[in-house]
Amino acid sequence: MRTLFTFHGGIHPPQHKTLSTRTPVAHAPLPSLLIVPLRQHIGAAAKPRVRPGDPVLKGQRIGDADGAVSAAVHAPTSGRVVAVEPRPVAHPSGLPDTCAVIAPDGEERWIAHAPLDYLALPPSAVLTHLRDSGVVGLGGAVFPTHIKLNPGDGAIHTLVINGAECEPWITSDDMLMRERAAGIVRGIHIIRYLLDPTETVIGVEDNKPEAIAAMKAACDGHPIEVAAIPTLYPTGGEKQLIKVLTGKEVPSGGRAYQIGVICMNVATAYTVHRAIDHGEPVISRIVTVTGDVQSPRNAEILLGTPLKDVLALAGGALPGVERYLMGGPMMGLELSTTEIPVVKSSNCFIAVSARHFPPPPPALPCIRCTRCASACPVGLRPYELYWFARGNNFGKAQEYSLFDCIECGGCDYVCPSHIPLVQYYRFAKSEIWAQEKDKKAADEARQHHEFRQFRLEREKAEKANKHAKAAAGAPASGDKKAAIQAAVARAQAKKSAITPKNTDNLPPQAQEAIAAIDARRGQPHDASTSPLSGADQEQETTKPAVTHQETGEER
Amino acid sequence: MLTAILIMSGLALVIGVILGFAAIQFKAEENPLVDKIDAILPQTQCGQCGFPGCRPYAEAISRGEADINRCPPGGDEGIHRLADLLGMDAKPLGDGQAQAKAKSVAVIDEQRCIGCTLCLQACPVDAIVGAAKQMHTVIAKQCTGCELCVAPCPVECITMEALTEDITQWKWTYPRYDIKNSALSTDR
Repeated sequence: MRTLFTFHGGIHPPQHKTLSTRTPVAHAPLPSLLIVPLRQHIGAAAKPRVRPGDPVLKGQRIGDADGAVSAAVHAPTSGRVVAVEPRPVAHPSGLPDTCAVIAPDGEERWIAHAPLDYLALPPSAVLTHLRDSGVVGLGGAVFPTHIKLNPGDGAIHTLVINGAECEPWITSDDMLMRERAAGIVRGIHIIRYLLDPTETVIGVEDNKPEAIAAMKAACDGHPIEVAAIPTLYPTGGEKQLIKVLTGKEVPSGGRAYQIGVICMNVATAYTVHRAIDHGEPVISRIVTVTGDVQSPRNAEILLGTPLKDVLALAGGALPGVERYLMGGPMMGLELSTTEIPVVKSSNCFIAVSARHFPPPPPALPCIRCTRCASACPVGLRPYELYWFARGNNFGKAQEYSLFDCIECGGCDYVCPSHIPLVQYYRFAKSEIWAQEKDKKAADEARQHHEFRQFRLEREKAEKANKHAKAAAGAPASGDKKAAIQAAVARAQAKKSAITPKNTDNLPPQAQEAIAAIDARRGQPHDASTSPLSGADQEQETTKPAVTHQETGEER
Repeated sequence: MLTAILIMSGLALVIGVILGFAAIQFKAEENPLVDKIDAILPQTQCGQCGFPGCRPYAEAISRGEADINRCPPGGDEGIHRLADLLGMDAKPLGDGQAQAKAKSVAVIDEQRCIGCTLCLQACPVDAIVGAAKQMHTVIAKQCTGCELCVAPCPVECITMEALTEDITQWKWTYPRYDIKNSALSTDR
């Protein structure tokens, strides 16, 4: 039996989990249209590799990982790409983002895929395969797995597999562990091969006895321990789970790998198994559909399936549903329409009505009761952070470790004044990020400007230098004049040698017209009196050439 | 008496030497205040303040020759930060000063561009690429939105386009709720 530790704070919100665990995981029918966002992970959006009109096969890569932190995106079924355009996606802003819209052909034809013999390959090749299979952390943060599994020099001694699923209502990991424990264990073996940890432990909250039993049975005979941990929100947070299972605390502003621990979600381990042992990219996931729907349940749903089709699987929303949440009630985000598609981070959809989610009572002033501080799982002082965020005192908020806040909503939950505290922290964080971005842009602009000033000075100096040199080495003015005269004479001789002139063989009418024009100009049309005769004109004609050269150098 | 005088003059001598040494050794090359002011200014180099760039404006502020409310791209926030730094009262943007606008970038209509290089010479941050008689284009990432390239263009092919908000730059807004009214409604 493992010694378990506790973290500071935590809350016990009502669970509502049994609603959606009564029926096995369903297989969703093919929707009429799939909307696959190209940004389904933290980092840069995938670079589209299909165009409208292209046919696609199930599992075909439609977006390439773009840059260091990114992952690939795949077609969830066979069909035709209808559009690659901005569509509403699951994002707190409600703003659209680039999506590949696919009309399924109903044939579900797979692209050629095969298991990967990972034992025969160097780890880097396995990681690249994971990146190109679109494997990302399915616990909610959707951080690309190939980066997480490549922690660099630091040796990893403990691999923590996160099956805590602490947030109320959500049961997708629970059902996955109950039904696909063997696949999860296979995935853990592959992760163990890549990280080579000395111990591996799966943490599951003790409100999921079936999942614990299934995982224990699957881990029998493997060097993997299953630990039943007390149910307490937010035990499923990475840093909290590591604390509970190992007693180690991730330092402020640090990452888990820095203390030799890596934490992966059970669903991620399962997709690693599918990607390596079957060669299947991430094109579907288990999603909980719950709240005020006819029959709450879990279903394996293709990524890109619009929310309205997901709701139909659960028998549709009950009357009185006002809005929809993606994720849980504590950390989930509100969706603006039912057209929003399922993405890799969609573990749960909740239909919200006043029955289960009464509107929050109006917020009252903070009375500094510090209940939020006793609930905070990170040990922050939320009331101070609230004060600083409210007063736009972002520097002070950062001093009070604003960026260690995991936005779990525990402080909101216990606040007797019902202040939307997390909203203030999110506001403060995004303001700080924006300010840092502006500062970086300003610094770059300053550098560019300074370099430009320097370049202009340098060019001026170079030009002055050149002119000085030319003046020193130039022939005496008399010689120059003579040289010009000689050149003019040569040119005249050349011109008069050309016979017939192109004006000689013209009809008399044209000749007259030319003569009239020449008369207007006040000078006869004759090559012998070329304007190139005299030092003054010489200067005039050479001047534009110099300015031209100048502009050339300005580039 | 004599000892006292000797001690005092000795002290004065030692301290004077230390001060003289420090004055040479730790001499500030430039007014450090200019750097601090320059760090607050938005570096658009637009010249709307009447100075040929942000640094000259910063220098003028540090000498007390220019007011702190002459930078429209910095907006109210910039004025407040300058006021904090200099211990002055913040004030609204000066009269005759353009109002702060949403950040925009210059866009060249490449069909109409004749390749005259005039905008290249106007750009204070070298954000336009092109050559004589070649099409020019703006490096949007480097453009500060100063609008200095708009006026020189002989064919009016440069327009300023406001940046549209997308998911990558979206910010959470300040949470708003009315404490007073809500408190009243719960009393009833």
